[in-house]
Amino acid sequence: MSPQFVLTKLFRAILTLFLAVTFVFVVLRMSGDPVAQMLPDDVPAAVITQYREMWGLDRPLPEQYLRYVSGILSGNLGFSFRDDRPALDVVLERVPLTLELGLTALLLTLALGLGAGTLAALKRGSGTDHVTMAFTILGHSMPNFFLGILLILLFAMTWRVLPSSGTGSVKHLIMPAVTLGTSYAATVARFTRSSLLEVLHQPFMRTARAKGVPFRRRLMSHALPNAGIPIVTVIGLRIGALIGGAVVVESVFAWPGVGQLLVNAVAFRDLAVVQTVVLLIAFTMVAVNFLVDILYGWLDPRIGSARREVSA
Amino acid sequence: MMPSFVPTSGAGSAGASTVLPFGADRAADAMPPVLSLEGLTVGSDAVDLVIDASLTVAPGETLCLVGESGCGKSLTCLAAMGLLAEPVRRKAGRIRFLGRDLGELDERDLRQMRGRDMTMIFQDPVASLNPVQRVGWQVAEALVIHEGLSSKVAARRAVELVDKVGIADPEARAGAFPHQLSGGMCQRVMIAMALACRPRLIVSDEATTALDVTTQAQILTLMRRLQEETGTAMIFVTHDLSVVAEIADRVAVMYSGRIVETGSVDDIFDHPSHPYTQGLMDCRLHALSATDGRLAAIGGTVPRPSARPLGCAFRTRCPRASQRCAITPDLRPIGSSQRVACHFPGRAQ
Ligand SMILES: Nc1ncnc2c1ncn2[C@@H]1O[C@H](COP(=O)(O)OP(=O)(O)OP(=O)(O)O)[C@@H](O)[C@H]1O
Ligand code: SF4
Ligand SMILES: [Mg+2]
Repeated sequence: MSPQFVLTKLFRAILTLFLAVTFVFVVLRMSGDPVAQMLPDDVPAAVITQYREMWGLDRPLPEQYLRYVSGILSGNLGFSFRDDRPALDVVLERVPLTLELGLTALLLTLALGLGAGTLAALKRGSGTDHVTMAFTILGHSMPNFFLGILLILLFAMTWRVLPSSGTGSVKHLIMPAVTLGTSYAATVARFTRSSLLEVLHQPFMRTARAKGVPFRRRLMSHALPNAGIPIVTVIGLRIGALIGGAVVVESVFAWPGVGQLLVNAVAFRDLAVVQTVVLLIAFTMVAVNFLVDILYGWLDPRIGSARREVSA
Repeated sequence: MMPSFVPTSGAGSAGASTVLPFGADRAADAMPPVLSLEGLTVGSDAVDLVIDASLTVAPGETLCLVGESGCGKSLTCLAAMGLLAEPVRRKAGRIRFLGRDLGELDERDLRQMRGRDMTMIFQDPVASLNPVQRVGWQVAEALVIHEGLSSKVAARRAVELVDKVGIADPEARAGAFPHQLSGGMCQRVMIAMALACRPRLIVSDEATTALDVTTQAQILTLMRRLQEETGTAMIFVTHDLSVVAEIADRVAVMYSGRIVETGSVDDIFDHPSHPYTQGLMDCRLHALSATDGRLAAIGGTVPRPSARPLGCAFRTRCPRASQRCAITPDLRPIGSSQRVACHFPGRAQ
């Protein structure tokens, strides 16, 4: 992978981030006067003016924009209206819990999705294949909240083996992670199956057989790295869905992470917190996509280097 | 690239149905064959795709398999390598390799022989290499698997092999990915891979077909040189008769799943006896579409395996066909090394 490739992707990531930040600014300014939205209707006009001055909303837009950007760069994202603390602190203290949930769901997804997809591809047309694919359609088409409620009904209320909400133990993590990971795993499984099937019929797989490469090695070191390219793409593309899913799942299971914070902040019109969460999501998505690009170039040398040598 | 010294069918001096005089027996004939197919039939449940094929290849010998597209050349090769894939399988006959009956070996034994004792080179060299692995490593892998070398030692040997197949700057090229190399270079890499463990048999299925004429000539020269050095037996599939003239010791002509004529390269070029072989030679004379595998000089097309006529499969196109041809002709010797499956073998007209 050439440094040029990495730099190009890095530049693109930074540009995307900048656009996202600007977009958030524009949307927030267009959605009306935040002070009026946050304060009760019957506050005196003088109080409103006071708040407007405090937040710099009385300044011209370009100046507001500059302040906003420099604020982001210096980590100053405003004050939480509800907690009376810096919004960034409020958000950051929720991040570990969301990461715990998200990464568990992601690991579950990869293990389940890659495993089931590979199995289905290798046993194409068999009962295993059909059953696996039926499950992926189910998993894919079931909304998060519905699956979550279903799980709560079964495991928390009927059988009483898992807690329906809260955090603190592995038991608490199981249902939210499964709920969040299921549709993602289904997507990954389908992509794994189809791209593996395509790769298995490539001439180089026949070469590997003719070379006497054992089956497992043909699968692990020849087929999967090639099939991995489209799989990584879909993992990257669907990361947005995973984040969106986290908001819903955290609410369903009362999981006190960033998603739940966002829902509450919206309800309380705590705009600084909303803005911080939105920026954090934008940053995460850009970072994930950057990583996917790099992974892509690493998996596929045809993408990682534009160079081409030719000789007779 | 058609060598001018090769006589064509019309220019032969022998009369019809001559028992051919035979020159010096080659030393190879005395040695036990590396590979022999005995009455091999390959097909699916519904249809036979290769029928009753028998052939042998001796150490150091090159056997060319020729015939129109779809006549079963590739399946014969794949069967010899134990690489047939469902639904196609060996239905009858034996494959003996280095004295062992391949039908009695399990997949594990077969796998250990592949890449070590017998190797195969394919038509599309670029697609035949793994696009995400460095070519040097792809050569080295066989050494790691079969000779238990460490990756490091194998990588060094791979560079030597890449050098040996005539790739300049082997160190750097071994570190390249297939897309960074030309088709000719990729085929050289495939050859290096095939040679890595000093196999006893190399099967080359149209290895030069996809290459341009100059590159093709270079690759043929290379293969011939390496074969002389190593004494490896080779099965070389092609439908280009000028390539056959270039590289073959012996030739087996296939038509619609059967071997219809075999003999030394001189037999086949000087005295083709099967009407089909003669048609092939005429095609060559007229320099017609040898590369797309279809024969313009013989009218009609190859019957589909499912719609083969009873008896001699060639009889729908054969100028000499008569009632007897409704009975399948056996492959019978004419002359000391030539055999032909035809009721009326010999010179045309
Ligand atoms: N898996 C398969 N199932 C059914 N028929 C097959 C299968 N593989 C090959 N065939 C048929 O078997 C016949 C012989 O195929 P084969 O590939 O050996 O021909 P070939 O002589 O190598 O031709 P070409 O010059 O085009 O490579 C063809 O008619 C082909 O359609
Ligand atoms: S057996 Fe008959 S049909 Fe077949 S090639 Fe000979 S003459 Fe022609
Ligand atoms: Mg073929």
